[in-house]
Amino acid sequence: MAEGIRDKVAVIGMGCSKFGERWDMSAADLMVEAFNEGIGDAGIDRDQIEAAWLGVFFDEQNIGKSAIPLSNALRLPNVPVTRVENLCATGTEAFRGAVYAVASGACDIALAMGVEKLKDTGFAGLPERTHGTFEDLWLPNSTAPGAFAQLASAYSAAHGISMDELKRAMAHISVKSHANGLKNPKAHLQRAIDEAQVLNAPPVAYPLGVLDCCGVSDGAACAIVARPEIARELGKANIVSVKALQLSISNGVEASHSSWDGAHTMTTRLASQKAYAEAGITNPVKELGMIEVHDCFSITELVVMEDLGLSEPGGAPADVRDGRFDADGEVPCQIDGGLKCFGHPIGASGLRMLYEVYLQLLGRADARQLHGIEFGLTHNLGGIPNRNVASIGILGGLQ
Amino acid sequence: MSIGIEDLAVYLPRRRMARHAIAEAHAWAVPSLKHLGRGRNATANWDEDSVTLAHAACRQIATGTLDSLKFCSTSQPFADRSHAALLAEALAQPRTLRTMDVSASARAGTSALQEALTGDANALVVAAERRLAKPGSVEEISYGDAAVAIRTGRTAGIAEFIGSVSSATDFVEHYRSSGASFDYGFEARWVRDEGQLPELPQLLPDLMRAHAVSSSDVRWLAMNAPKRVRQKLAKELSLESINHDMTFEAHVGQCGSAEPLLGLAECLSRAKAGDVVVCVGFGQGLDVLLFRATGQSPSTDVMALIEGGVEDTNYLRFLSHRGLIDMDWGKRAERDVRTAQSAYYRERDQIAGFVGGCCKACGTIQFPRTRVCVNPECRAVDTQVPHPFADLTGTVKSFTEDWQAYSPAPPLIYGNIGFEGGANILMQFTDTDEGATQVGDQVAMQFRIKDFDRVRNFRRYFWKAVPVEGATDG
Repeated sequence: MAEGIRDKVAVIGMGCSKFGERWDMSAADLMVEAFNEGIGDAGIDRDQIEAAWLGVFFDEQNIGKSAIPLSNALRLPNVPVTRVENLCATGTEAFRGAVYAVASGACDIALAMGVEKLKDTGFAGLPERTHGTFEDLWLPNSTAPGAFAQLASAYSAAHGISMDELKRAMAHISVKSHANGLKNPKAHLQRAIDEAQVLNAPPVAYPLGVLDCCGVSDGAACAIVARPEIARELGKANIVSVKALQLSISNGVEASHSSWDGAHTMTTRLASQKAYAEAGITNPVKELGMIEVHDCFSITELVVMEDLGLSEPGGAPADVRDGRFDADGEVPCQIDGGLKCFGHPIGASGLRMLYEVYLQLLGRADARQLHGIEFGLTHNLGGIPNRNVASIGILGGLQ
Repeated sequence: MSIGIEDLAVYLPRRRMARHAIAEAHAWAVPSLKHLGRGRNATANWDEDSVTLAHAACRQIATGTLDSLKFCSTSQPFADRSHAALLAEALAQPRTLRTMDVSASARAGTSALQEALTGDANALVVAAERRLAKPGSVEEISYGDAAVAIRTGRTAGIAEFIGSVSSATDFVEHYRSSGASFDYGFEARWVRDEGQLPELPQLLPDLMRAHAVSSSDVRWLAMNAPKRVRQKLAKELSLESINHDMTFEAHVGQCGSAEPLLGLAECLSRAKAGDVVVCVGFGQGLDVLLFRATGQSPSTDVMALIEGGVEDTNYLRFLSHRGLIDMDWGKRAERDVRTAQSAYYRERDQIAGFVGGCCKACGTIQFPRTRVCVNPECRAVDTQVPHPFADLTGTVKSFTEDWQAYSPAPPLIYGNIGFEGGANILMQFTDTDEGATQVGDQVAMQFRIKDFDRVRNFRRYFWKAVPVEGATDG
């Protein structure tokens, strides 16, 4: 059994741009905005960065291929920079690259940057993309909301919960995230909504309405990671440490084998179980002080509560409506407003979630500050429910 | 040795455009259409063309071993690509099957049938049409979309072939130039008087004499000509026993090269043993074929199909589905759908034929067919043998009705379909309506157009899920 990553790498600085329709900002500008905050927070010089990872998803209308856009934007000192892409887990993948590099001893300080410029497409929603020359021959021309919306029909059937009841729980999720996002100046959407608005919103993909969907925005976020000794040398009093980083990737079972019920995300279950073991967590409901999950759509967040082991199978709708995941609940979820209010600039989202956990652990979350957090979890779910990439990150204080 | 029609099948699209709705849409400009406003026309969905219509007709017939497959149409989507070869792939026929495309005349169907009956014997002849017509034209309110497949063979399952005769005459009652969308026709009265009425009396009596067919045995006349023309012809030929009421005329419409065969299908479905059917294809000459019904019905219920369907009065949707108005589908419709032909060729049995895999080690069926078995308990390598999915019934595991995705018929409905034997496939649905789908519904597989590449004038085909009628409650 591998040792795992727990407490081998410290996060010494993080930055996050304002997310939103940043019409006046290029991807490079957004990276600089996030980086300026991160490097100031770390208290190091740019030339101390020995390696960097760039997470960016869309090729179709963005910054093009390779890692050069990051090296260029920050004028990095000709160090190794690697571009990574793994659907919506892209930002977490960039973080994983940097963390593993430091853990391996290949470098002392590394940078992870995630960025996405989505608002140059000229239309709402995500850009169209190819699934490759073979799968384009037969896969439906689906969209992200349509793909995730199917969780609802399958969940409703699997658990005998009426669609009306399920939709009310889903609406609670959106209302809760908007209430949280209202307290976050970096969120894209900062307005309160109520359940009736969610339920009466225009349809996007049955049973999802517009307010069941996360926003589409531009943004960047970054992390600077280092060996814990370096964090101490830098005089960091409270040191945030990486407790777990796990990924689970579909291998075709959900897409092509009837054993999957369509009502859960298999990879989230697998990745979270490994991450809990890596972090030494045995009772996630009690031990996780906060979670930032992949709430691309309200139904995703609901289903993921069960996949993370935070609700019993079929129990998430009731737990959601009972407030278990509200800001004052047992396991606050999306305390920063989530994808719902930040939008989902793909490459940046994983790092944005880590940023919130980092702020909360350091007591810097201002109006939305939670208390007594030992562990904070981030979760990304890239792709669609029947073929996806799930990532779990867990941060906590260095003992 | 006798030769005949072993079986036949008809496919008609689900929607039937009410002619009155077309007439009402044009009342401001062409009020005379009101007189043609009774009845309805079978109307292809946006993802149906003459190839998919033909496929849907062919697959209803248990073909056995075929010598040839002949695809007949004047509305075929490609000017240079064998539709018959594509059909053969989609019907998962052996590669050695002889295939032929027959076109360029309303006689295409009857000519190919004649060739099959006088030559190949074990042939599958399919005529299919999805013709366009200018909005406001008589053609628009008269044309329907249909396909008829006929299996010929050495046993006269439903009809014995008596004999045939043909003529070739460059009588241009209408034409459609290469690349043109619409027919250009001449006055119906001239067509009747100079084209449809004179020729049959010159050919049929000799044919009947040659085969000792008595006038009283001739009970049916299937011809792509209006009822009043057929009545007049019968009178002139002293064929007084003919039943001229053709149900399909009011329920399907005029369907080009498929029409004489659709008429034949209706006649043979209604005929009694011993009835003689005259089948006439009219189009730059005549094909005249004589059949004697055995009294055995086609294996599918042709009349129920003709009289079935769902009435439609949405004229704008009708225009849009036929590409006759340029709807704004938003920027998602700009998605590039270029086909890597080499990738398609590699996988064509999976894409055109919907042939997935079955793992010899564990028995799990799966799509796509891959080298490593998808069953998590198995994972055997190179154990999969081809396994057809086309005739399987699936169960809806999850679905959505997606208003954001581009579809020529929003919302795009798709979902995960489970199959007995272990497979799951994310599939697009068709021939269904918003609000009609439920988890647990049974679905059948249909070969349809997947998408259009408007930049390169190409279209792709794959299989979609359609509701199995009567399989679900409510």
